[in-house]
Amino acid sequence: MNNTIKFKIDGKEIVAEMGKTIVEAAKENGVYIPTLCNFPGVPPKGGCRMCTIKINGRFMTSCTTPAAAGMEIESDTAEINDLRKSIIELLFVSGNHFCPACEKSGNCELQALAYKYQMMVPKFPYSFPLKEVDASSPKIIKDQNRCVLCQRCMKTIKTEDGERYFAFENRGDKLEVILDPELGQKMTDEIAKLAMDNCPVGSIIQKEVGFVEPIGTRKYDKEPIGTDIDV
Amino acid sequence: MSKKIIATASLAGCFGCHMSILDIDERILDLVELVEFNKSPVDDIKKFTKRVDVGIIEGGCCNSENVENLKYFRENCDVLISLGECAIMGGLPALRNGIPIKECLEEAYCDGPTVGLNTEKIIPNDPELPMILDKVYPCHEVVKVDYYLPGCPPRADLIWDALVALLTGSEMDLPYEVIKFD
Repeated sequence: MNNTIKFKIDGKEIVAEMGKTIVEAAKENGVYIPTLCNFPGVPPKGGCRMCTIKINGRFMTSCTTPAAAGMEIESDTAEINDLRKSIIELLFVSGNHFCPACEKSGNCELQALAYKYQMMVPKFPYSFPLKEVDASSPKIIKDQNRCVLCQRCMKTIKTEDGERYFAFENRGDKLEVILDPELGQKMTDEIAKLAMDNCPVGSIIQKEVGFVEPIGTRKYDKEPIGTDIDV
Repeated sequence: MSKKIIATASLAGCFGCHMSILDIDERILDLVELVEFNKSPVDDIKKFTKRVDVGIIEGGCCNSENVENLKYFRENCDVLISLGECAIMGGLPALRNGIPIKECLEEAYCDGPTVGLNTEKIIPNDPELPMILDKVYPCHEVVKVDYYLPGCPPRADLIWDALVALLTGSEMDLPYEVIKFD
């Protein structure tokens, strides 16, 4: 049985295996669709809406939608890019994102997306919410000021027994991702580094290793996010 | 062509953005051909003496004097630019924004580890001092701002390209490397 399907993104023909999501299929074909909460290897949730595309004229999230034969997809258009920029702007004003003072600056996916879409200033008013910083773990700092609630740490950082280091606390606008206090005490350097690397922003920072890379050599200093995917 | 008039101010900033203007290096000679400075810390002119084409603001508004000064600039400048993270989003001074102002002042003048000489625990209250605001405000939340140049500090190339484009009416290209928030 033939398991491949064909569809189009911005006029370019994409050939993919049946069952792949649009984000995955696009990536394999050299087309970058921006994502933030999505993480390879864990089930997508379509939470941040950065990967919004138009399928046959209808807005959908490409991380959760399986590719299907004959789809006509719009992605890199002025209308959709403007929506994506608005999402980034909302994330910037809803937290406290002080890039100049952040250890993740230069390696931050939220910042990189803001660069890609040329955010000079958010069009929404800043909310400056009062947030806490949890530095109780000997290995990491969990800074709620910078958290975008993507759940990537919750889904990927686990003990050998599958226990999660991070979990949701509270609801609504008080919702936060917190570190399990007991597991936080027992955290290894390897887990701490993985947690920092998997966090798209600077909400999880490994202690005692900040600012190791000089400006100019960091991940998004010279090339926009997605450059490694786009052909 | 007559020279365009420029004015600059540093509100709640660190003067780093002004330093970055100096990073245009020898292009400063071209700048002198292109513009004349009016009110600015560069030439120490305190009051506007003529209508200004481009006003450049560094820093956000953390006290009443910043607000007054910013409004004074808006009144006297045709085009107003927010230069740098502090002008755009409050920057590092805005780290205090979640903390009540009373707590901030008590920590700074009464309870902090370096307040030893202030034995009477006086929070400065001389009428000469500008009133501190409840939080640090981005400039565009106080007056209308026309353009934004991000960075901490904004790269000299960004400042130069933006100024030349604005003053000569030419189009500006924005290479990826020049838009940075740090």
